[in-house]
Amino acid sequence: MEHAAPLRAQTPTAPATGLATTKLGMWLFLASEVMFFTGLIGTYIVVRIGSPTWPIPGHILDIPITAVNTFILICSSVTMALSLAAAQRGSQRALRGFLVSTIALGMVFVGIQAFEWTQLIHEGLRLNAGPFDAYFFTLTGFHGAHVCGGVITLIAMLIRSLLGHFTPSSHDALEAAALYWHFVDLVWIILFTILYLI
Amino acid sequence: MSPPAHRTGTRTYLMVWGALAVLTLVELGVASLGLGRGPTICLLVAFSAAKALLVAMYFMHLKFERVALVMIAAAPLLFAVILTLALLPDISFGG
Repeated sequence: MEHAAPLRAQTPTAPATGLATTKLGMWLFLASEVMFFTGLIGTYIVVRIGSPTWPIPGHILDIPITAVNTFILICSSVTMALSLAAAQRGSQRALRGFLVSTIALGMVFVGIQAFEWTQLIHEGLRLNAGPFDAYFFTLTGFHGAHVCGGVITLIAMLIRSLLGHFTPSSHDALEAAALYWHFVDLVWIILFTILYLI
Repeated sequence: MSPPAHRTGTRTYLMVWGALAVLTLVELGVASLGLGRGPTICLLVAFSAAKALLVAMYFMHLKFERVALVMIAAAPLLFAVILTLALLPDISFGG
């Protein structure tokens, strides 16, 4: 069912940049997120290079199932992009359909990761059992928490779309949520390579 | 009023999606080929960077954004490299 869009004030722009403040705010938040993950990934790289021995990830981790999970997250980025594109052209049905798909794919990603964690814990991996275990759980754990946060945000966006908040001329919050989701996908692309493949 | 958002076509999104899927498959292939540690790491990092760039450029629309925003996005990457390089001497000192 289509809802009439209520009259809403347009998001103001930052005078210095001409950018919508919502988008600018999200990018500044993402800049801080880059530094957050840099702290984790940077120390991982240093510890890994400095360690005389390091387990071969493929001998411990399930690469094929994680590759499928990576593909799922990539698919969720596409559906998110298509949802935003639908909002820009005013197609409410497509907006919600792609948004629901993105939420579902995000939940599947978290579910598969929870399954993987359960398997690994059964096999004896522990957060305090050594640098490999510690970095694996810390990096994938913080990323998984970000995915969960993203799913909750997208559910909020879905509710807002059902309330008719997004129109072709006013969808800044959805765009900001999309930026966050794509960033989470981008971080996983890097984590998959450095944690599972190298 | 908000500046008009850039609109990327469905076709472009699907092409990027295909490229990301193919690059992921190529990464899996490279990781299992046994090319040697150095070349494998170089190739995997290059493919991973290419995938991250595709997501940033097309899904996050950086390719079509104002220079000011691109600089805001790029600045932390520079600091990320500096921070990681600054930690590297710990390897030699730590033995």
